[in-house]
Amino acid sequence: MTHSPQTDGIAAARLDDATLAAHFDDLHPILDDHEARVAADRCYFCHDAPCITACPTGIDIPLFIRQIQAGMPDAAARTIFQQNILGAMCARVCPTETLCEGVCVRNEAEGNPVEIGRLQRYATDGLLEANEHPFTRAAPSGKRVAVVGAGPAGLACAHRLAMLGHDVVIHEARPKPGGLNEYGIAAYKAANGIAQAEVDWLLRIGGITIETGSALGRDITLDGLKAEYDAVFLGMGLAGVNALRAEGEDLEGVRDAVDFIAELRQAKDKSALPIGRHVVVIGGGMTAVDAAVQSRLLGAEHVHMVYRRDRDAMGASEYELDHAATEGVTILTNAMPVKIIGNGKVEAVEFAYTRSGPKGLEQTGETFTLRADQVFKAIGQTLEGAPDALDIDRGKIVTDATGRTSVAGVWAGGDCAQGGEDLTVTGVAQGRDAAMDIHAALTA
Amino acid sequence: MADLTSNFVGIKSPNPFWLASAPPTDKEYNVRRAFEAGWGGVVWKTLGEEGPPVVNVNGPRYGAIWGADRRLLGLNNIELITDRPLEVNLREMKMVKRDYPDRALIASIMVPCVEEAWKAILPLVEETGADGIELNCGCPHGMSERGMGAAVGQNPDLIEQITRWCKQYTRMPVIVKLTPNITDVRKPAQAAKRGGADAVSLINTINSITSVDLDDFAPAPTIDGKGTHGGYCGPAVKPIALNMVAEIARDPETADLPISGIGGVSTWRDAAEFLTLGAGNVQVCTAAMTYGFGIIKEMTAGLSLWMDKKGFTSVDQITGRAVPNVTDWQYLNLNYVTKAVIDQDKCISCGRCYAACEDTSHQAILMKEGRVFEVDDSECVACNLCVNVCPVEDCITMKRVAPGALDERTGQTVPAEKGDWTTHPNNPMARAAE
Repeated sequence: MTHSPQTDGIAAARLDDATLAAHFDDLHPILDDHEARVAADRCYFCHDAPCITACPTGIDIPLFIRQIQAGMPDAAARTIFQQNILGAMCARVCPTETLCEGVCVRNEAEGNPVEIGRLQRYATDGLLEANEHPFTRAAPSGKRVAVVGAGPAGLACAHRLAMLGHDVVIHEARPKPGGLNEYGIAAYKAANGIAQAEVDWLLRIGGITIETGSALGRDITLDGLKAEYDAVFLGMGLAGVNALRAEGEDLEGVRDAVDFIAELRQAKDKSALPIGRHVVVIGGGMTAVDAAVQSRLLGAEHVHMVYRRDRDAMGASEYELDHAATEGVTILTNAMPVKIIGNGKVEAVEFAYTRSGPKGLEQTGETFTLRADQVFKAIGQTLEGAPDALDIDRGKIVTDATGRTSVAGVWAGGDCAQGGEDLTVTGVAQGRDAAMDIHAALTA
Repeated sequence: MADLTSNFVGIKSPNPFWLASAPPTDKEYNVRRAFEAGWGGVVWKTLGEEGPPVVNVNGPRYGAIWGADRRLLGLNNIELITDRPLEVNLREMKMVKRDYPDRALIASIMVPCVEEAWKAILPLVEETGADGIELNCGCPHGMSERGMGAAVGQNPDLIEQITRWCKQYTRMPVIVKLTPNITDVRKPAQAAKRGGADAVSLINTINSITSVDLDDFAPAPTIDGKGTHGGYCGPAVKPIALNMVAEIARDPETADLPISGIGGVSTWRDAAEFLTLGAGNVQVCTAAMTYGFGIIKEMTAGLSLWMDKKGFTSVDQITGRAVPNVTDWQYLNLNYVTKAVIDQDKCISCGRCYAACEDTSHQAILMKEGRVFEVDDSECVACNLCVNVCPVEDCITMKRVAPGALDERTGQTVPAEKGDWTTHPNNPMARAAE
C-alpha cells in the first residue's frame, strides 16, 4: 500500500492487498447445506406461483426449491438450467427484489421473501462445481447458425440450438465470451471467475464454436452471415454510450463507467487500478451503482452518485441503492451536470438542481459544485453498428415475440432488441426463445 | 391461580407432569436434574429381574423423522429396559425419593410372566419408598422377543394375570402401561381392570421403521448393515394416543379406570387435551429428550394460565371434560352444515387451498384475477382440507350455515333439528327399523 484514501488526485493502491481482496470477494457467500435447507423450508410451493411468472426465463422456482428440500440439489440445478442456461450468473446478478423475490407471498406473510436467488446459486454452483453438464445434443440437423455476440442472449441461443442438433458459430467482438456477465458486472457479484466458468460449462454441450475478436460491421457483415449460415441471431448488446453533452466532457479523468467496470473486472491485481480521491458518478442505473460502489471499494475517499431525476425514477433497485449507501456512496438526486471544470484534468463538476416542469425536466436555477478527480459517465448505453437493413425503433432492433427481425432469416435478442428490461435474465429468455423459433423455422 | 397439584390413584405430585419411563429417567443424575427443573414425578426406567442386566446395542439407538426446519416430529428407539444392575437402580431410587419426598417416584417393572419373578422384585421396589409401580406391557422391541413387554400387552389374559400378582404382592398402586400395537385398546384395558389395576397408562411406543438408508439398503437406525423395528413416539403419535385414551375413557367397562396419558405431549396444550379426554395426568418423554428438562416451565405455566382463563381451579376439573363429546360417527349431526370462509385480509395468495381443492377435493375454491381465492359455496362440502393446508392460521375458517338458510350445494334448506345416520333415509338399517 503506497497511497491512502486521502492521497490527492488519481492514485492506485489506496488500500492494502488484503482489504482489496476482501472488498472484491463474493458479496454474499454461497449458502451452506444447512442454510440452504433452512431457507428452502420456507417455500410454500404456491399454486401457479407468482415467482415463476415474475421470472423472465420462467424457472419453476417452487419445484427447484422443493428439490432442495428433498435433498436433491442437483435435480434443482437441472430444473433451473432447463429454463435458464446461465442460472448461476443470474442467481448473482438478477435484481431478485424486483423479480421473483419481490412477489414471493412470504412478503405478504411476514415481510421477508424466500431467498430464491441464493437458493438458485446453491443449486447451480453445486452442479457447476461437479462439472456435470446434464444436457445432450439431438441428432445433427446439418444446419448451421451464426450468433453475433457471446453475451447472455447469444450464449443462451447457441446452447439451445446446439441441444437441438444445430451447429453454431458465435462471433464475439471482445477477447472473451460472456458479454456483460464478463465485462459489465461488478466484480464482487461474479467473484472467483464464475462468469467464465459458467460459459465453459455451457460450451460442454458441444457444437458451438466461438470466434473472438470478430465484430459485426468490422470483421463480418450481416449479408455475409446470411449467405454462409442457415440462420442468424443478433445478440451484440449495446456497445455505444450516451454523451453527457456538458462542457468539459473531454477533460482528462472523465470516462465511461462501462469501461471502468470492464477494466476492473479484467484486472487480476486490483491494487494496480488508479482511482480518484473524489469520484463523481453521473447516472442512476445499475451501471452507475456498480461504478460508484467499486470506486469506494478501491479506496476513493468521497464518491457521489448524482442523478438528474428523483429516486423513484432511478434504474437501480432500492436494494442496490441501499447497498451503495452502506458502502459509503452519497446519492444525490434531482441534479444534472452543467459543466465539468478543470484545466486539462477534471477538478470539479458543477450541477444544477432540477424539477419536473410543464415541458419535462427543468433547472431550478440553483447550482452546486462537487470536487472531482474522476468522473464516470453512466447515463445509458446505445445500439451501435446495427446493420442498415434492420428496422430500428427507439434505439432497439424491432423484433416480434419470437425474436424475428424485419429481415427474413435474422433473429435478435438481448439488450440490442426490443422487449423486456435490459437484464441478463431477459437476454437469456430472448436468446432461448429465438432458438426455439429458429429451430422451428429450420425444421419446418 | 390454578392449583396444579395432582393426586393420581393416591400418588401425589406438585403438578400432573411426570417423565415417562425412558432414557431420561434411567439414573439418579438425570432424575435429580428433572426434579430440580420442576417435574412433578418420574417413572423410573424399567427395572428387570435380579442378575446380569440386559445389554443394549452399541450402534445408534434412535431414528427420527423431521418437519420443516428439522423440527423433530417423530422419534423411534431400539433401546431396551435399564442395562444397569437392579441393586444400583434401587439404591438410587431410594436416595432420590428421600431427597424429594414431595415428588412422585414410580418404578416401571418388566420381569418374566411367572409369579415367582413378580413376587421376588416387588418387595425390593417397595423398600425404596417408591410411590407406585408401572407394569411395562408395551415395549415393542427386543424384550417382546423374549416374551415380555408388548408380548404381554398383546395378550389380555397375561395382563390380567400379572396385574393380579402385583396387587397380591404389593400395597403400592399398580399402573398397567399399554401397548398401542393391538387392534382394540379397550381389551387390554379391560383385562388390567379385571386384574385389579389402579390405573392404566398409554400409549407405549408404536412399532416402526423411521427410514431406510438408500446407500446400504437397510432400515434406520442401522447397526452393522441391519436394522429392526423400534418404538415410535413424539408429536407424530399424539393423535393415535389421544384416540386410545378416549376409547378407554368412554368404554362403560373402563370409564372409571384412571388413565395416565402418554404420547407426544410437547406443550401445555397437548397435556390439556389428554386431560380432557380422560387422563388424570400425563407422562412426557420425547419433548424432554428433544429440548431438555427446561420445557416443564412452559408446560406448568401454560396449563396454569389456561386453567385460570377458563375458571378451573384444579386438574381434576379438566379430566374427562371432553369425553362426553367423543361419539361414534353414526351419531354425528348430518344437518350441521358449514362452509369454508377465506379472510381476504389474512390471505397471502399462495394458492395452496386452491391446489388442494382443485386437484384433490371438490373444486370449491375459485382463483380469480389478481390471485384472489374465494370459496364457491355451491361446491364446498366443508371438508376442511383448505383450512389444514393454509399456511396462515385462522385465514380460512369454517362458518356454520344457519338453520333455515339455503345450502347452495344441495339446494336444500338447512334443517334446525339434528339428524344423524341412524335415522337417515339412505341407511338400510334405519329403514329396517321402521
